Amino acid sequence: MDNLAETTSLSRLFALSGQAGDRRCRPVTGGARFSLRVKQASLGAAGEALGLDLTGPINRAVSSGQRTALRLGPDEWLLLLAEADAASVAASLAQRLTDGLYSLADISHRQTGIALEGAAVTDLLNGGCPLDFDLAAFPVGMATRTIFFKAEIVLWRQDTARFHMEVWRSFAPYVWSLLANVGREYAD
Amino acid sequence: MLLIPCPYCGNRPEIEFAYGGEAHVVRAADPRKEDDAAWTEFLYFRKNPRGDHAERWRHAFGCGRFFNVKRNTYTDHIEASYRIGETLP
Amino acid sequence: MTQPYRLSAGGRIDRARTLTFSFDGKRYTGHPGDTLASALLANGVHLVGRSFKYHRPRGILTAGGEEPNALVGVGRDDAHFTPNLRATQVELYDGLTSESQNRAPSLERDYGAINDVFWRFFPAGFYYKTFMWPRKAWTKFFEPRIREMAGLGRSPQTPDAARYAQRFAHCDVLVVGAGPAGLAAALAAAKTGARVILCDEQSEAGGSLLAEPDAQIDGLPAAEWLKTALAQLAAYPQVKLLTRTTAFGYFPHNMIGLAQALTDHEGERSDAQPRGRLWQVRAKRVVIAAGAIERPLVFPDNDRPGIMLAEAARIYLERYGVLPGRRALIFTAHDGAYRTALALHRAGCAIAGIVDLRPNAGGPWVAAAQKAGLAIYPASTIATTDGRLRITGATIKPIAGGSGQRVSCDTLLMSGGFTPSVHLFSQSRGKLVFDATLDAFLPGAPAEACSVAGSAAGVPSLAEVLASGAEAGAAAAGGSAVSYQVTNAPVAQGGFIGAVPYHGDPGSVRAFLDYQNDVTAKDIALAMREGMKSVEHVKRFTTNGMATDQGKLSNMNALGIMSPVLGKPVPAIGTTTFRMPYTPVPFGYFAGYARGELFEPERRTAIHSWAEAQGAVFEDVSLWKRARYFPRGSEDMHKAVARECRAVRNGVGIFDASTLGKIEVVGPDAAEFLNRMYINAWTKLQPGKLRYGILLREDGFVIDDGVIGRITDTRFHVTTTTGGAARVLTMMEDYLQTEFPELNVWLTSTTEQYAVIAVQGPMARKVVAPLITGADISAEALPHMSMVECKIAGVPARLFRVSFTGELGFEINVPADYGRAVWEALMASGKPYDITPYGTETMHVLRAEKGYIIVGQETDGTVTPDDVGYAGMIGKAKPDFVGKRALARKAFAEQTNRKQLVGLLTDDPTLVLDEGAHIVADPAQPKPMTMLGHITSSYWSETLGRSVALALLRDGRARTGEQLYVPLATGNARVSVVAPVFYDPEGTRLNG
Ligand SMILES: [Zn+2]
Repeated sequence: MDNLAETTSLSRLFALSGQAGDRRCRPVTGGARFSLRVKQASLGAAGEALGLDLTGPINRAVSSGQRTALRLGPDEWLLLLAEADAASVAASLAQRLTDGLYSLADISHRQTGIALEGAAVTDLLNGGCPLDFDLAAFPVGMATRTIFFKAEIVLWRQDTARFHMEVWRSFAPYVWSLLANVGREYAD
Repeated sequence: MLLIPCPYCGNRPEIEFAYGGEAHVVRAADPRKEDDAAWTEFLYFRKNPRGDHAERWRHAFGCGRFFNVKRNTYTDHIEASYRIGETLP
Repeated sequence: MTQPYRLSAGGRIDRARTLTFSFDGKRYTGHPGDTLASALLANGVHLVGRSFKYHRPRGILTAGGEEPNALVGVGRDDAHFTPNLRATQVELYDGLTSESQNRAPSLERDYGAINDVFWRFFPAGFYYKTFMWPRKAWTKFFEPRIREMAGLGRSPQTPDAARYAQRFAHCDVLVVGAGPAGLAAALAAAKTGARVILCDEQSEAGGSLLAEPDAQIDGLPAAEWLKTALAQLAAYPQVKLLTRTTAFGYFPHNMIGLAQALTDHEGERSDAQPRGRLWQVRAKRVVIAAGAIERPLVFPDNDRPGIMLAEAARIYLERYGVLPGRRALIFTAHDGAYRTALALHRAGCAIAGIVDLRPNAGGPWVAAAQKAGLAIYPASTIATTDGRLRITGATIKPIAGGSGQRVSCDTLLMSGGFTPSVHLFSQSRGKLVFDATLDAFLPGAPAEACSVAGSAAGVPSLAEVLASGAEAGAAAAGGSAVSYQVTNAPVAQGGFIGAVPYHGDPGSVRAFLDYQNDVTAKDIALAMREGMKSVEHVKRFTTNGMATDQGKLSNMNALGIMSPVLGKPVPAIGTTTFRMPYTPVPFGYFAGYARGELFEPERRTAIHSWAEAQGAVFEDVSLWKRARYFPRGSEDMHKAVARECRAVRNGVGIFDASTLGKIEVVGPDAAEFLNRMYINAWTKLQPGKLRYGILLREDGFVIDDGVIGRITDTRFHVTTTTGGAARVLTMMEDYLQTEFPELNVWLTSTTEQYAVIAVQGPMARKVVAPLITGADISAEALPHMSMVECKIAGVPARLFRVSFTGELGFEINVPADYGRAVWEALMASGKPYDITPYGTETMHVLRAEKGYIIVGQETDGTVTPDDVGYAGMIGKAKPDFVGKRALARKAFAEQTNRKQLVGLLTDDPTLVLDEGAHIVADPAQPKPMTMLGHITSSYWSETLGRSVALALLRDGRARTGEQLYVPLATGNARVSVVAPVFYDPEGTRLNG
């Protein structure tokens, strides 16, 4: 994949363009994303290609530098990368997994990120997400696909009071409005 | 709202799941060898028990996997959940 | 004098502040801590409503959520108005505006009271029998009158101005009810470190302790102990105490619905903060400590204002400092009423007597009453009461018979004992067990991870209530229970179910059982005479227990009446199942945030903002907003679509196709997987080529279609219909995971990764080509149904040479963030050719002219590939694909006369047929006519200067050339059957 900024003069219109957000709820624009699917037997090789250990449990994140892999299922990872890193990740996977027993799909523009932070962050999420955010049930480093009101989301707990949410672009305004709406109930 | 034990993710709330109908309805490996009656049975006939029922669920807003659940349709109690390809415990 | 019935001291109200409120336009005063009911009683107001059926004057009966009579509407205006609130649960605030219900013009003079005069004509079940004849009278006369008379309260007509919140929550132990049992349970559970939620429907925690001046717990007066208990709970960070919060529903797997009132008590709210919050709590264990509800006694005319439950009267006295009257007569079968009598007596209320159904009542409370010199009538009953808008007296008679004695009173306080609140436990599908000594159904074996403590479990004394709560809480959290020392709390016993012996003509008295639905003891007897034997049948025949209070006061008395008549013990008759909600919950709680734009996601494409700025008219397609047409100036849809169609046929049009579903199918077995899913053959499709695919369900019927491109040997770009995107992906995952797990292929939704821009028309290449780098898109290099990866305006694109219009066309897939910019670049590039944006309506017309089907319009789930003329696309050599075996069934293969896709041309070229209209051979045939088929698509074709229609017609292809008829509201239209391609049947324009 090319670094697009270098080849086009056209400007991007982000899914949440025009939304500044605030300290506790802020759009995360840009970045590259892949959906990676790998067979169990190739986990080691794929991990070496990425510089990430993919053998960890389902619903956990592994990060190294600016590369993060969220294991969303037994054979499914959401890769979150710097845009400039996308092409080399694709290339090194192709190089290591010569049998082709994997799938890499570019979903950089399919979804967008929302950073959530603050003492009330789990209350905010529980306005529309049915999961238990007690640290014992949803520890730091956990990442999973789930639901927020009527939208599919991916939630990654980066710290006790800090989450990264991924949402499909056409659902992002809906999710954003609901976060603002629920947020009116919480001071922080 | 049920609490469904996904074999991959553990207990998760029902709204993350999609129901998939009766489990263990096997599509024949070579449908050409099935007679019309057998194929009609496969297409249209399902159990509807009051009591234990082996049924499919998909963790649609989760790991995305289909799996099987043994649920009592009267009490809603779930006795087991197991992966596709595994036998009813 | 204001608040003449308010005592000068005592209770939990704040006399330092005075609140003003209105009821039916009249102004009164009360104090913080009051409910609307206690404040009305302090002002001597008992008459608060008219009954549902007979419009009888009714007073405040209870002090809690079980109140059947005092239903009021509250709110300053229509947008803030809530009907049917129980005055016993409405907290008083300054400026509260309330009104009574079910009366016209006023409570005192209600026209509907005519029903009471003619009450004999309205027995139970009258509506099943009365309004059968004449038939027309039902809609013209009876129904409007009944609707006017029936129902309680009025619905507000303006949208609710309040906001409503929702929250999911989890805990180890949920304790329902913060009375002594619930507090003890929460304390025991909290001590273990467990996450505890303790909820209570009242404004403050404490339950019975809020009206407990005598008892001491661990050496402290009950009110003091309550303070320390609440302070202890507050010190635990993992304990949440929710007051004003009703546990209204118990759902499977320990999901409890809570309705928390947030601002109703604060006065005229600003609407900035939510009015209430719906909680969905998942609890590992639930402790139900919901208390017990006092039963009325069923005796003649037991519903006059001033008649009240004895414990309720004591609560008004102890908690609110209010006397229910000046002279109270007590009627009881339970010791608790003696306690009420003693307390009122001490507070200065005359006691006209204590009438006890029991012959030999004893125990500490009876002894105390005797010692106080109160007149006690053992083994006696009340034969009747008098007074119109307020009770003025009652006639006492010995049960054994003899002459009656009328005593005057302004208040009658009754107690038939207590019914444990097993509603939530019953909702959880726990089994109820009848306890003959208590005459009560008690919780038996639970069906969920829950237990019941305190008086909800039939536990009698305060000491045992605390102990059972502590045990339940400790057991739920895996801890150990502490014990409590209780003094000065003698146990009160007794109880009665059924109708009391009253020595009157049973046909001429009305002893009310269900106050809210106006059901009398006589109605129950009538139901049994009419053959109803089961409690469920009696309930439906009489409507006993079917009001919003769900028979909290009446169910046990109904069983008590049925049991001797049927000669069966109560448990053999059974009890009804309780349903959620425990008490009514305003609709807004369930709607929550999902109102207006947030009702469901409104999906917009990356190009939406451009179309919006151009004044496009949008339509809903599944959750998407799609531009339907782009009117210019004063154009209506017809004119705009005609212009857009001309532009595409003669020049070039541009269309936002981003909503099409897209699935990336990747892996060595990708082609094999598609072979098994779609009817078409995929193995030989070369990379860089496109093919139109048809997807069937396993039963052989078309479910989706779309163009599929082969990017590489192992990577396909599959498109689906807009509405089918999620369904198709789910279906593919299903087969892949469960039927074909051996295939090495993976599926990823890329619907939203790409914005898709269709450029269509003879000038399309001239518009697109200048922007393309890295590919040759000439007709030779990129023929129809091929694709190439390239760049457009420097943005990487998957460029499809494809057409859904019949013209030369491209569909350009670009990363979505660039969608709008690429669109605008194409608009600029197309300016010399007058490039015209077009919407879904034009797209529909253009494709109909070409006879291209739309799944869901030409198909309806019963259409096979052959029916729509696509049998030729089936990969004949394939051993299997989804739906193949079903189509091969003999019944299918031998079926003749199936509906097939045809074109129809009307004799009158200006007539556009109605979609959905039927087709017949002979419009003169008698009705019902034989339907030969129906119109699936019908449009004005600007290109052809006439109307065109697609239809599914029995044996349609064989009927080509026939003339048939379409009966319409405007007459019978004659049509000719033609092939379903109206424009460029050779397809030469596609290959331009
Ligand atoms: Zn799962």
